[in-house]
Amino acid sequence: MAVVGKAVKRKEDPRLITGEARYLEDIKLPGMTHIAILRSPHAHANIVSINSERAAAVPGVIGVFTGQDFMDVNPLPCPWPAGGVDNNLNTPRALEVEKVTHVGAGVAVVVAEDRATAQDAVELVDVEWEVLPAVTDAEEATFDGAPQLHENAPNNVCMEWDCGDQSGTDAALGSSDVVVKQRLRNQRLIPTPMETRGCIAQHEAVNGEYTIWMTSQAPHVHRLLFTAFIFGVPENKVRVISPQIGGGFGAKIFMYPEYVLTTALSKKVGRPVKWVETRSENYIATTHGRDHVTDVEVGANRDGTITGLKVRTYANLGGTLSTVAPGIPTTLYGRMLSGAYKLPNIYCHVTGVYTNTGMVDAYRGAGRPEATYVVERAVDLVASELGMDPVEVRRKNFVPADSFPYEPSGNLLNGLSYDSGNYDKALDMALEMTGYEDFRAEQAAARAEGRYLGIGLSTYIEICGIAPSAWMFGEGWGAALWESANVRMHITGDVVVTSGSQSHGQGHETSIAQLVADELGVSMDQVHVQHSDTLGTPFGYGTYGSRSTAVGGVAVWRSLQRIKEKARAIAAHEFEANVDDVEYVVNDEGVGVVQVKGSPDQSKVVGEFMGIATSAAGGWDLPGDMEPFLDETAYYDPPDCTYPFGTHICIVEVDAETGNVGIKRYIAVDDVGKVINPMIVDGQVHGGIAQGVAQALWEGAQYDENGQLVSGSMMDYAIPRADLLPSFELGRTETPSPNNPLGVKGAGETGTIAATPAVVNAVVDALSHLNVRHIDMPLTPSRVWETIQSRSNGGNS
Amino acid sequence: MKISVNVNGSAQENDVEARTLLVNYLRDELGLTGTKIGCDTSQCGACTVHMDGKALKSCTCLAVQADGCDITTIEGLAQNGDLHPMQQSFWDNHGLQCGFCTPGMIMTTTALLADNPNPDEDEIRHGLEGNLCRCTGYHNIVKAVAAVAQAGGD
Ligand code: FES
Ligand code: FES
Repeated sequence: MAVVGKAVKRKEDPRLITGEARYLEDIKLPGMTHIAILRSPHAHANIVSINSERAAAVPGVIGVFTGQDFMDVNPLPCPWPAGGVDNNLNTPRALEVEKVTHVGAGVAVVVAEDRATAQDAVELVDVEWEVLPAVTDAEEATFDGAPQLHENAPNNVCMEWDCGDQSGTDAALGSSDVVVKQRLRNQRLIPTPMETRGCIAQHEAVNGEYTIWMTSQAPHVHRLLFTAFIFGVPENKVRVISPQIGGGFGAKIFMYPEYVLTTALSKKVGRPVKWVETRSENYIATTHGRDHVTDVEVGANRDGTITGLKVRTYANLGGTLSTVAPGIPTTLYGRMLSGAYKLPNIYCHVTGVYTNTGMVDAYRGAGRPEATYVVERAVDLVASELGMDPVEVRRKNFVPADSFPYEPSGNLLNGLSYDSGNYDKALDMALEMTGYEDFRAEQAAARAEGRYLGIGLSTYIEICGIAPSAWMFGEGWGAALWESANVRMHITGDVVVTSGSQSHGQGHETSIAQLVADELGVSMDQVHVQHSDTLGTPFGYGTYGSRSTAVGGVAVWRSLQRIKEKARAIAAHEFEANVDDVEYVVNDEGVGVVQVKGSPDQSKVVGEFMGIATSAAGGWDLPGDMEPFLDETAYYDPPDCTYPFGTHICIVEVDAETGNVGIKRYIAVDDVGKVINPMIVDGQVHGGIAQGVAQALWEGAQYDENGQLVSGSMMDYAIPRADLLPSFELGRTETPSPNNPLGVKGAGETGTIAATPAVVNAVVDALSHLNVRHIDMPLTPSRVWETIQSRSNGGNS
Repeated sequence: MKISVNVNGSAQENDVEARTLLVNYLRDELGLTGTKIGCDTSQCGACTVHMDGKALKSCTCLAVQADGCDITTIEGLAQNGDLHPMQQSFWDNHGLQCGFCTPGMIMTTTALLADNPNPDEDEIRHGLEGNLCRCTGYHNIVKAVAAVAQAGGD
């Protein structure tokens, strides 16, 4: 009874639905101290002086520290500068010393016996500031006369990067029947996992070892950054543990100043130190995402064939660089701009810019939603310019199903190729589920009554399963991106899998167990997936980029093959048979047995007490010089990425009186390759759609001209509520990836990537009879209403 | 200040500071860490518990205000090792991913069904207005609640 492909209930849920799971805030250590951080109220200022006398005098305060106290700790690293170009790098320190470049940068810290005391005392630290003028918009920051944030970054430019074929694209645009130009703003988003960040650090003076519990999506990467880059100590001196994690969406991948600060303090004060971010701090101190200003030019011929796409983007990186900030708007953005289309000419130029705003880094989708937004809006712009149906323009330009592997033009993907796909099939299914033709009739009828219905498509692709290490190295990434896994079958036949991936809601403990159960022929209850502690798990780069199954899962699969081979060898020895005559089969009851081919009476169960598991672990009678135990570790470095795709369709009704956008239906057909657990994949898609829709309609970080974050609380930053969203209608096609033995592609980000342009395209479609061609996100009622008003008064948009 | 509160069926007598919030009393004083804190503006609902049978955001209430009340937290919902039907339904319907919003969601929706045993989808969605989830897009949470309503359990 195979479990792969089935909606198996999650193994992790019992502890979560009973309140027994331990998240970071739930952990207490004996003698634990607490900290509060003094954060800059100014977006751009020099620190003239800091006086901590009043704070230090508060009873219960153990110490007050400033940046000067941590000059022996290295600044945070930026291991992913943009590839192949010069980068003017500026990263934060544990506490800033001379100047701050965004609101929320830490400049002093109070350590106290309890949190309330620390919070009260930190108010008493006196800082004298020299306030400087601020700039928050990425493009404006490059203008002459803009405030300068960093000495090494003239005009606030961190880097200039490009990809594709510039002259070819210019020539193509010059000879196209039509060229459409549009400025697109992809606004800044705030990831807002429901659990904020936190860190508890303990230092043992006797051996110099740190144990660090932290909200981490990538514990091994955090340990790597702590050891090799920040403290300059060997790996055995730092153990990172990621407890139960309450969502990440990218924001918990990175190294942050507070983690370094908490860890350094645990040594300074000689007691465990705990820091947990408040929600208000989360808005200003945790990374944001997106924030691009893009000018797009797209050329097409009258028949709808797109001839060229030229993209010019200013990417806002914030006041200092987060861990992989420059890599996101370059490699993960520019290289994706061919979308699902066979575009003969593409060119993209990105300027990464410092501004007096919070740090910007990967947020669910990371570069790929921004690229998909550009491509999917561009296709709709072509359709409206030519008066064609957006479905037809898409079909006309799709990469045909028979041209995989497909390498986008102009070496856009720098040597990689789309693995497999059938874009028409997913589109057909989505149109069918929608009743597209009927909808167009309904839309026309509604318009006649003064009701504005609209439909929007997004026929996206995604790059997942990142990534071949050598390729990433060429893209500027300073490490690798393989994964590893260890599989042990214990003496009782139970299987423990340890992996370097990290689960913070994705259900790895279940989906990886399904893989193991089927492959080895053991029950789901016999498989235990352990992760998130650098002590006891093999190295892995962590969970992001929809890579845990497509890369981490394959490492598990490889270990399983080795376990099976060894089980066969042991059985051959016991049966006194030739190993080539022994097979490992999973019988109809789902039980894994080793048996002599053709004579099933000579067989033995593997995963049970006194089975092959016990022979192996006991080691009493093993062939030749075989080592005891079924215990195998494998590493997997993918040869290429994986490329999920699909079609999302959104139907909206725009209230002509108020500008309010209501989502009437949302249809999603995703092809994520082979599916291990459809329930988990659907859940990933649902959550992704909600975030993508929210960007289109509601969310957006707002800074005022002084660099104050206006949308700095859950009251002001509009993450969606249940009553704003519909239930989603999901479909699936399944085109296996040829790039890995599981055929999987990855499912964690498809929803976020696809949804945003589908919704915007729908709203623009609803207003197309008013000659509306584009509205910038978020499409709030006031913005939509103003657009309707201006059009009704004869303006353009 | 002295308070006596009945928490998950057991009588508690404690001395608390006047400024202590109910959520901190439950988590720090009683060690009931299943109740979560997700915000500082009473927006997220992760801290929802039952006070005298009604759903309440425990970050909006002082511990002293709970004096003499019955409080139920997520830890008190399962009876004799049997999951509450709502807990079971969240599990069956994949109504949770990271699980951080889940205790609050379960406490809110059990109270919702006590008030309105047969809500339609709109009513369920409106009933969830005060609880934020960043992972599920609410789809499966709504499904989980509807399934319990349909089965007639609360
Ligand atoms: S903690 Fe967010 S509402 Fe109570
Ligand atoms: S399950 Fe993660 S916030 Fe709801």
